[in-house]
Amino acid sequence: MAEAVDYRYVGTSPVRPDGVDKVTGRAQFGADQNLPNMLHGRVLRSPHAHARIKRVDLSKALAMDGVRAAVSGADFPAVESGEIGGEGGGDVADIARNVMARDKALYHGHAVAAVAATSVEIAERALEAIEVEYEALPPVLDVLEAMAPDATLLDEQCFTKNLPEKPDKPSNVASVMTLARGDLDAGFEQADVVVEGEYRIPMAHQGYIEPHACTATVNEEGKATVWCCTQGHFEFRAMTSKILKWKISDLKFVASEIGGGFGGKTVVYLEPVAVLLSKHAGRPVKMVMSREEVFRATGPTSGSVCRVKVGAQSNGKITAAKAWLAYEAGAFAGAPVMPGAMSIFAPYEIENFLVEGHDVLVNKPKVAAYRAPGAPQAMHAFEVALDDIARQIGMDPLDLRLANAADEGTQAPYGPKFPAIGFKACIEAAKKHPNYTKPVPEGAGRGVAAGFWFNIGMQSSAEVRINEDGTVIVMEGSPDIGGSRASMGLMAAETLGVPYEQIKTYVGDTESTGFCNVTGGSRTTFATGLAVVQACEDIIAQCKSRAAATWGMDDDQVEWQDGQAIPAPGVNADVKPLSLADVAASAPKTGGPILGRASLNAQGAGASFAVNFGDLKVDPETGAVEVLSFTGIQDAGKAIHPAYVEGQMQGGAAQGLGWALNEEYIYDANGVMENAGFLDYRVPVASDLPMIDTQIVEVPNPSHPYGVRGVGETPIVAPLAVASNAVRDATGVRINDLPLSPPRILAALSGE
Amino acid sequence: MAKVVFPDHLLVHTGGEREIEVAAANYRDLLVALEERWPGVREPLNKAAVAIDGQIYQDAFLEPIGADSEVFFMSRIEGG
Amino acid sequence: MSKMHIHTTINGDQVDFLGSPQQSLLDALRDEVGKLGTKEGCGTGDCGACSVIVDGRLVCSCLMLAAEAEGAEITTIEGIADGDGLHPLQEKFLEHAALQCGVCTPGFIVAAKALLDRDPNPDERTIRYWLAGNLCRCTGYDKIVRAVQDAAEQLAHPA
Repeated sequence: MAEAVDYRYVGTSPVRPDGVDKVTGRAQFGADQNLPNMLHGRVLRSPHAHARIKRVDLSKALAMDGVRAAVSGADFPAVESGEIGGEGGGDVADIARNVMARDKALYHGHAVAAVAATSVEIAERALEAIEVEYEALPPVLDVLEAMAPDATLLDEQCFTKNLPEKPDKPSNVASVMTLARGDLDAGFEQADVVVEGEYRIPMAHQGYIEPHACTATVNEEGKATVWCCTQGHFEFRAMTSKILKWKISDLKFVASEIGGGFGGKTVVYLEPVAVLLSKHAGRPVKMVMSREEVFRATGPTSGSVCRVKVGAQSNGKITAAKAWLAYEAGAFAGAPVMPGAMSIFAPYEIENFLVEGHDVLVNKPKVAAYRAPGAPQAMHAFEVALDDIARQIGMDPLDLRLANAADEGTQAPYGPKFPAIGFKACIEAAKKHPNYTKPVPEGAGRGVAAGFWFNIGMQSSAEVRINEDGTVIVMEGSPDIGGSRASMGLMAAETLGVPYEQIKTYVGDTESTGFCNVTGGSRTTFATGLAVVQACEDIIAQCKSRAAATWGMDDDQVEWQDGQAIPAPGVNADVKPLSLADVAASAPKTGGPILGRASLNAQGAGASFAVNFGDLKVDPETGAVEVLSFTGIQDAGKAIHPAYVEGQMQGGAAQGLGWALNEEYIYDANGVMENAGFLDYRVPVASDLPMIDTQIVEVPNPSHPYGVRGVGETPIVAPLAVASNAVRDATGVRINDLPLSPPRILAALSGE
Repeated sequence: MAKVVFPDHLLVHTGGEREIEVAAANYRDLLVALEERWPGVREPLNKAAVAIDGQIYQDAFLEPIGADSEVFFMSRIEGG
Repeated sequence: MSKMHIHTTINGDQVDFLGSPQQSLLDALRDEVGKLGTKEGCGTGDCGACSVIVDGRLVCSCLMLAAEAEGAEITTIEGIADGDGLHPLQEKFLEHAALQCGVCTPGFIVAAKALLDRDPNPDERTIRYWLAGNLCRCTGYDKIVRAVQDAAEQLAHPA
C-alpha cells in the first residue's frame, strides 16, 4: 500500500536520459533509418470512398526502369478473423484489409497497391502506371444515415453483434451495447429539472507531427528487420506476423524514437507492405507517409452523435441519466463506443441510468485509438448537459459535481466499486484554486468540466543489469513517447537507492528485451514501471545474498538501505557496508554478472479523474474564440516526474481545446476529405493558447508501489466541455456541436 | 458465495441471467463453475475484464475470491 | 535527370553536394548531406519541423529548393550547440521538460535561435507569435515558451 512518503528521487524532475540527443538532432526517428542499397516505397490509394476493386494490373509499373517490386491485395495471404490481444485496433482480418484493400476500397485514401523503386520520384511515377478498375459505389458518410435500415452496406457480412437475437439482415451497425441500472422512469419522475440534447462531433485526428515511417529489410533466409516509429513494436511484430503469415521469430522490430502517437501509432499501416516489398525486391525498402496520407488513411477518432437526457433535483442530486451514442468506426468495426459508454457517467454516483452505444461503419478511415478513446465525445455531451442543469437550478457547477461525485466505494456505472479515487479531491482543489476564485474577466465566460479515464495495466517486461562499476542499465520495451525513460530511471533509483545519474534506461528492440504491450492507455509508467521496480527488487535480493555470502551470514541477516547492503538490525557484525559498486566489483567471485528481471501482466490500474476550467472570450465580429486561461487539475496517483506529468496535462488540454475549437474532418459529398493538411486542419499553435496552469493531485493507487495511476489519457477529456460551457457562459447561447469554429459561432450568434 | 454480475453484452451467454451467486476459491475455479453452468461461456469471459472487489483485472487467473466477494465482468479497456 | 553541383556553408563547414533541380533543401540536407536532425512533418511549410537558418533568415527548408541555397550559409540543429557544450536554448528545453516526443524540437530550437538572434529580450506574446509557425502536439507550448524565456534571460545575463 502506497502512503504519503518523502521519496528521494521519485517526485523530482531531472533531465531525461534521451534529452541531449533530442535537442541536438541526433535522435533517430522513424524516417531517419537509411540502409545501403535501399529502395523507396509508395502506396497507391483509392480515389473513391466506396468502390469494388474489379482488377489491379501492376505489370506496367513493374516494367518501368528503377521499379523493383510492386504488390496489391492479391499478394497478401487471406487472414482469419481474430483479436491481436491486448491493444491494437480490433480484428486482425480488418487490419489486414486496411493495410491493403482486397475486393473493396472502403474510404478515399484506402491503400490499393504499392511499389518499391530506386527513388521516391520513380516510385510515384510508377503508381500512375498501375491500372485499377473500380466499380464506384455510393459512399456512406453520415453516421445516422448509415444506421438506416435501407442504407448502402459497407460489408454485406456485417451482422450487428450483441443483439438478443442474431439479426437476419446485415447492417452498418457493427455492434450495440447497453449499460443500465435502476429505474429510469422513476428517476426522471423524481427530477425537478430535466435537460435533453443532441451533441455532434466530427472526426478528429491525433495530429502527431511525425508521419508514419518504416524501413524494412528481408535477407535471403527470409528474416526481416523493421525499423519504425510505433507505440508498440511487439504488437507491430504480432500484427505483421499475422497479416503476412510469417513466424514471429522471422521478424525483428526496432522501435525508433517516436514523434508523437496519442494512440494513432498502435496499429500497422506501412510495415507489412514494406516487408513484402523488400522480400520481393531483395533490397531494403523505406516507406514514409506524406502528411496528406496521414490525414486520409490513418488514425482519426470517431465522429459521434450523442443524445443525453439528465434529470436532477433542485439540490443538485442527479436522479436519472440516459445516453444514446452513435460512433463512426470508419471502414471497419471498432469505434471506441464501449469505453465511451462506460466513461460517460463514471465520475458520478447515479442510481438510475441507461446508456446505449452503437459502433457504426461509414466510408471514412478506420478509426484508431486517440487519447482516452471514446471518452471525450460522450463525456462532452454529459458535461454540457450538467452545465445546463447547474444553470437551471442556480448552482455552482463545481458544487453540482461535488454533490454527485463518485468516491471510494461508489459503484461505477461499468460495474465494480471504486477503490480510493481522487475525483472529490480534484473538485475541492478546483474550488480553492486562485484561477477559480478570481472573477471571470470582463466579456469572457467560464466553463467547468470533469474528465476521467480508466487506465490500464497489461504486459510488461524489464531487465536491470549492474555494470562492473556499479552503474545500472534498465532495459525495457515500452517506446518512450513523452519522457518515460526518465520515469523508469527515477523508480529504479528510488528502489535501488542509487543516484538517478548512475542509471541509464534503454528501450530495447523485440530481440533484446522481453515482451511489452504498447505505450498507451496511460499504462507505461504504471505497468512497465512496476516491472522495473520488481526487476530492481530482484537485484536487491541478489545483492543481499551476495553480501551475506561475503560476510558469512544468512540472507535474512542482511538489509538493503540507501543503495548498500548492511547487517540487519540486531545482527552483531563488524563489517563495512557493501555498496552496489562493491557488490558489482566482487561479482565474478560471488556468482557472476548481476542481472535482475521481471515480467508481469499488471493488474489494478487506478482510474484518473480530473477537473478542468477555463476562461474563454468570443469575438462577436469574427466568431473567433480566445482562450484567456486554462487550468487542469488531475489525480496522478503519484507523479514520478512531475514536469512530465504537467506536460501530459498541458498537452492533453491543448489537444482537447483544438478539438473543441477548430479541428474537424471536413468531407465533400463524395467522401473526399477537404482539409487534409496542417494548414486547413488547424491544430492549435503557440499564439492560440495561454500558459496552461496545472495542479497535480496525488491520491495514491494502492496497486502500485509508488502509487502511480497513469496520467496521459485523462487530460484530453474535459477541455471539450470546458470550451462549450465557457462559450455558453460568454455568449448566452448554447451551441451543442463541436468544433466551436468561427462559422458555427457566428451562425449561432445570429440565431441561425 | 460470491456475487457475480454480467454486463448486458454477455447476457446472451448466460441465458439472460445478470447476477448469480457462486462458490469459488479463485478466478480459475469460478470460470470452471460458470462453464459447467453455461457451456461455452468461458470464451467470451476470457475476452472480458473482471473486477474482483473493485480491483480491475484485464487478465485474471488465480486471483482469490472470497465468500463475500463481488465479481463484475466488464469490457476490456484499451487506450491511446 | 542531371544533378547540380551546389556549394554551401553548413554549420560553418564548407559543404558541396549534388542535388536534383526539383529537390527541396530539406531533402538535400537529409538525403545528400546526412543532416537528419532536420525533420519533415508536412512538406508544405505548415509545421516548422524542418526549420533552418539560411543567411540569417528562418526558413522552412521543405519550401526552398536546394539549388536556391547555392552560396548560402545554413545553420541546422546540428550547428546550434557550441563546441562540446549545449546552447542555452538546448539546456533550457531540457531543464523545462519542453519536449515530450522530441520530433518538433529541432525546429523549435532553430526557430527560437533565429528569434533570439534578432530580439534578445522577447515578451511572451512575441515568442508565441514567432513560434506560431512551429507545431507541437505534445506540450501545449507552455514549457516551450518558458524555456525560450529562460534561455533569453541566461543569454542576457550569463551566470
